Amino acid sequence: MNTLTRELNSVAEPADQTQLHEEDHHHHQAPKGIWRWLLTTNHKDIGTLYLWFSFIMFLTGGTMAMVIRAELFQPGLQLVEPNFFNQMTTVHGLVMVFGAVMPAFTGLANWLIPMMIGAPDMALPRMNNWSFWILPFAFTILLSSLFMEGGGPNFGWTFYAPLSTSFSPDSTALFVFSIHIMGISSIMGAINVIVTIVNLRAPGMNWMKLPLFVWTWLITAFLLIAVMPVLAGAVTMVLTDKYFGTSFFEAAGGGDPVMFQHIFWFFGHPEVYIMILPSFGIISAIVPTFSRKKLFGYSSMVYATASIAILSFLVWAHHMFTTGMPVFAELFFMYCTMLIAVPTGVKIFNWVTTMWRGSISFETPMLFAVAFIILFTIGGFSGLMLAITPADFQYHDTYFVVAHFHYVLVTGAIFSIMAAAYYWLPKWTGHMYDERLGRIHFWCSVISVNVLFFPMHFLGLAGMPRRIPDYAIQFADVNQIVSIGGFAFGLSQLIFLAVVLKCIRGGEKAPAKPWEGADGLEWTLPSPAPYHSFSTPPEIK
Amino acid sequence: MVSQAKSHHKLIVLLVIGSVGMFGFGFALVPLYNVLCDKLGINGKTQNTASSYQAMTIDTDRTVTVEFIAQVQTGMPWAFAPKLKRLKVHPGELIRTAFLASNHADRRIVGQAVPSVSPGQGAAYFHKTECFCFNQQPLAAKADAELPLIFYVDPDLPESIHTLTLSYTLYDITDKQASDALEQGAAK
Ligand code: HEM
Ligand SMILES: [Cu+2]
Repeated sequence: MNTLTRELNSVAEPADQTQLHEEDHHHHQAPKGIWRWLLTTNHKDIGTLYLWFSFIMFLTGGTMAMVIRAELFQPGLQLVEPNFFNQMTTVHGLVMVFGAVMPAFTGLANWLIPMMIGAPDMALPRMNNWSFWILPFAFTILLSSLFMEGGGPNFGWTFYAPLSTSFSPDSTALFVFSIHIMGISSIMGAINVIVTIVNLRAPGMNWMKLPLFVWTWLITAFLLIAVMPVLAGAVTMVLTDKYFGTSFFEAAGGGDPVMFQHIFWFFGHPEVYIMILPSFGIISAIVPTFSRKKLFGYSSMVYATASIAILSFLVWAHHMFTTGMPVFAELFFMYCTMLIAVPTGVKIFNWVTTMWRGSISFETPMLFAVAFIILFTIGGFSGLMLAITPADFQYHDTYFVVAHFHYVLVTGAIFSIMAAAYYWLPKWTGHMYDERLGRIHFWCSVISVNVLFFPMHFLGLAGMPRRIPDYAIQFADVNQIVSIGGFAFGLSQLIFLAVVLKCIRGGEKAPAKPWEGADGLEWTLPSPAPYHSFSTPPEIK
Repeated sequence: MVSQAKSHHKLIVLLVIGSVGMFGFGFALVPLYNVLCDKLGINGKTQNTASSYQAMTIDTDRTVTVEFIAQVQTGMPWAFAPKLKRLKVHPGELIRTAFLASNHADRRIVGQAVPSVSPGQGAAYFHKTECFCFNQQPLAAKADAELPLIFYVDPDLPESIHTLTLSYTLYDITDKQASDALEQGAAK
């Protein structure tokens, strides 16, 4: 509580202009080099840190995916031990979810929300610093457990009990602590976002004028506060079951392993929406810009986002259709799941209608946005197939599920993050990125990602189980194609790194508003955006 | 601006309370699910105290198949099997059967059997008047035992259910029991 109160004083400071100048002054003499980044409370610095951290995690998790695909290139065991293979699938999932996607969104929130609502900074800058800097520790702990005796977590990113309790490696405590830290970081980030949006909007920026990225993030932040603590509870129960003799999930002691799944998915399903709602905001910013039209159906977008968030609490057991639930529960969760497709469909409809008869141009951000709309929809359809209870008995725990969630997460969440990076890079760096390289990156990515994930649908329908290091011989050809797609997709991301580095180091000077069709307060600031966004609140017409 | 600090403060306090509350809610889910499953009788858990049997009319027109499955926790050196795999019973009839357990290890091991009935909705209609699962089962090294089970199927069993499967999983709780005993000793 003490840090919080100090926080308040620091926010109250910019009250009068002289003090603000003093603070500015202070910043000019602020420590340089590593200390600048360690001690920074500036939303743009912290946004940058989050984004780079996310990219490093993306490459780390990607490397693990390459190990997985190399092992699966042929049937039989070639490269790695089955136990190490399991560690790769587990840590790949954890790193991508908690290290790549979520921090990327938090980074974007840091950079963009203050600029979009006309605020000078985030509301709680010191907490902001903390919420970023505990993340590298969390992931150091998690990744270091891979090198311990007995290995790192090998029970899948969903850490089902009793795999994560009775049968887990000795390093499981480290996994638990790392999840605790990640959770605390996310919750602090979410609190910051909510306080910023509620209290720091420029005068006249009323709720129904908020850019959709801000809206979707506000709702995401509430989801985070609702479910990250439940995840923390779940890992805590795993910890005490494993080390302190409790029996939450231990049948021998009167507990229930299926209960783990209920608690986990109560977190897990809202979590997947945490990873997609901000994408909806990004796409809703980019599509109108490059269609040179206003977004179709702004208010329906807001309501759709809110209803997706509420419904996401009522569908968790669609991950558990095969656990032997009574028929009425199977039906309830099936219908609720299908109901979510309705507001999602509203969004797709609005984006397509925004493009309809627009004068569209296909710069890289728009390419990624259009690919998002098409490929995310494919992921939504495979989700609907999985939602059909009797069908799920066949598809569950096969590669069909793997195909589904990679379509929604890679060509959904990750593609939207790429789109956002290209769209706002000129604002961040003051330079235009290399459009030609950007398009090469896009086409390499979009082709390879489909070679990688589309055939997985067929593998799953044909019955290939997920999370196995070896497989039956009839799956060999398709797995080879998938692996080639995987290597190509991994390599393509190095082009993205090249584009970003090149853009930071130089390039054509970017005007304040590099995209003629763009709309929003961030484009009224010069490029690169000044260290302090809006010292005096802008006027909203 | 002072008022802004105040409104920050209020919001932060609310949000922190919300997070802490949801952390508690995560734990509250455990009893919540249990109560819900109990009330609705949906997860196949049978009651873990003996029911009493009053003489009742036996529905001889109806036959229900009761199947028994026995499993042992991986690595536990016991053999454990039902004496009869399948029985045909009339609802209301009191039936006596048994399971056979033998300890292959060279040391005393305490086992605990955890029952489960499938389909889950049938659990509420499966009444045990005596069951080894109500108690812990200690077996000396290399010893055998016949574990009795007396039950009846409720005449109110829904018509749609023709077969009830009772499954027992046996767990090794020797260490747990030892540490409980230690704790109790320490408490005294
Ligand atoms: C129309 C929308 C969607 C529907 C109907 C849907 C439905 C489902 C169903 C029924 C499953 C369980 C499959 C099984 O395990 O047998 C599933 C798994 C999954 N979904 Fe979705 N989904 C939808 C959208 C999304 C979105 C937007 C995301 C993330 C951004 C997502 C991420 C996942 C993940 C990660 C899993 C697998 C979890 C695991 O077992 O590891 N889904 N989905
Ligand atoms: Cu789900």
